[in-house]
Amino acid sequence: MFNVIKTLTKIGENSLKTIVIGVIGADVHAVGNKIIEYTLTKSGYKVINIGVLSTQEDFINAAIETNANMILVSSLYGHGEIDCRGMRAKCIESGIEDIFLYVGGNIVVGKQDFSEVKRRFMDMGFNRVYPPGTSIDEALRDIKSDLGE
Amino acid sequence: MSNYLLIDFGSTFTKLCAVDSINESVIGTASYSTTVETDITIGYHKALEMLFDKIGKVIDFEQVIACSSAAGGLKMAAIGLVKELTVEAAKRVCLGAGAKVDLVFSHHLNKSEVNQIVEKKIDIILLAGGSDGGNFESVIYNARLLGKAGIKVPIVYAGNKSAQDEIKEIFDEYQINGYICENVMPEINVLNIESAKEQIREIFLKQIIEAKGIKKIEEQINKVILPTPLAVLEAAKLLSEGYLNEKGLGEIVVVDIGGATTDIYSICTTTKRSDVIIQGLEEPFAKRTVEGDLGMRYSALGIIKSLSEREINFIKEDKKIDIIEEVKKRYNNVTFLPENEHDELVEKFLAEICAYRAMHRHCGKITEVLTPMGKVYNQIGKDLSEINYVIGTGGIIIKSKYKYDILKQTTNILNNPIELRPIEPDYLIDSEYIMAAMGLLSKIEPMLALRIMKKYLVNIRGNTDELSE
Repeated sequence: MFNVIKTLTKIGENSLKTIVIGVIGADVHAVGNKIIEYTLTKSGYKVINIGVLSTQEDFINAAIETNANMILVSSLYGHGEIDCRGMRAKCIESGIEDIFLYVGGNIVVGKQDFSEVKRRFMDMGFNRVYPPGTSIDEALRDIKSDLGE
Repeated sequence: MSNYLLIDFGSTFTKLCAVDSINESVIGTASYSTTVETDITIGYHKALEMLFDKIGKVIDFEQVIACSSAAGGLKMAAIGLVKELTVEAAKRVCLGAGAKVDLVFSHHLNKSEVNQIVEKKIDIILLAGGSDGGNFESVIYNARLLGKAGIKVPIVYAGNKSAQDEIKEIFDEYQINGYICENVMPEINVLNIESAKEQIREIFLKQIIEAKGIKKIEEQINKVILPTPLAVLEAAKLLSEGYLNEKGLGEIVVVDIGGATTDIYSICTTTKRSDVIIQGLEEPFAKRTVEGDLGMRYSALGIIKSLSEREINFIKEDKKIDIIEEVKKRYNNVTFLPENEHDELVEKFLAEICAYRAMHRHCGKITEVLTPMGKVYNQIGKDLSEINYVIGTGGIIIKSKYKYDILKQTTNILNNPIELRPIEPDYLIDSEYIMAAMGLLSKIEPMLALRIMKKYLVNIRGNTDELSE
């Protein structure tokens, strides 16, 4: 068993940090998704972009296969709260309980108090929650502090 | 003189097809029971005698080549990580290599799963998992477990490339008959079939046919070169794409209903529309699926398994078919041949269910998704709606009086409009049963194989169901 752990660390050291990105639910906003892919790739992360119309399972499956460190969920059409519910639980069931979960975009409908929205998403198990209009550079600072450069 | 003899050592019959390359014609065909349990050459010689009797003289052949699915075909276990991703990719590679996928496993293996590999007498294991640079822990764990269990059958590793060195070490440590290939899914949703498929074919030719007692025939013929389903897939690809100046038929689907399985081959792109969003693992251009629970004899019981009691009663009253009895009769006597009109009708009915179901599982599905930006189409799997031809092969279809009705079931959307089945294809029948043979021939003379197929596949039309010459 010790051998296995040793080889695992050996492989792990050489690889880039991996982030799975995509747009969740019945949402086809593709532009922001491309900007995120561009920025994160340029910043030295390995980006797995699963694109639009993605389900929670699509994100999680991709994260397992790619051994990802983070899932970054985008939602632009207001139904993010319904789409994201239960995602942390599924991560735990799938054996990737320690993965970072980020979410951002127009994640709820209407003009709600964002601190309240943020609390709801934190309760759902998300590590970082971003309000509308956040630039990816802002999130990048958090990514760097969570994952390392 | 340039005649070729092409042989298909099938699970039940050894089928011979003699071809004249100058006249681009089939000189004759013959078949005799496959005798792999005793001595495969016996059946071959009987069939050869029959062939010469038919032709009326003994002729020489420039080359004699064969494909084989005798002695259970090529039985494989596909192992991956996530069901929808590397497990599916591994499965598609096995099917694309002409294998039967008897076992499918995901994530970490357990001991009972390893035991199943031994019990089911699996011929080759395909071990995948992780995209390149992705998860490596699962494949290493599984390789070690297979090693510890003392698995002696060949293992083809086609997982995360970053784990190749460790896998090699494990193969050496446990003296596993192992092979390293390119990853079946190098990136998420990207399918890479060729490398592993070629490796599987090589192992099949070098080791599996030897172990199954098929190799013996190579003393008398030139070579066994393909597993039979791969030969059919090669033939279908050639027929679809064409060769040099000789045009192919465009996009096609081949349906083969057999005693044990129903195979569907589709040669086409995933979609031609620009307004759909494709989901899931990439689809192979030449795709084969095999339904092990849909067959007319060995797997006949599978047909009723999915019917409800109400449906069974309905069939009894409406069609006057006691489907349970009929299915049992066929299962208990696998050499059963229809003797009267009633038998013919039952065969037709069962074949229709096989064709309908197999296509249900093979074809893609499209759903409308209402978004705040309007309606979008979400597609999973392959869009077969613009297929030019549906081609029927295999004894059941070829011998049936109701070829058209059976093949027509591949287009039946019934109450499932989301299925992307062929819409208005033309129907062709492989009436001389030459597709596997032409797949073989395509490896030496593709032009000849293509021209013969175009010549010998016959068009059928509805209603009268008469072959139009």
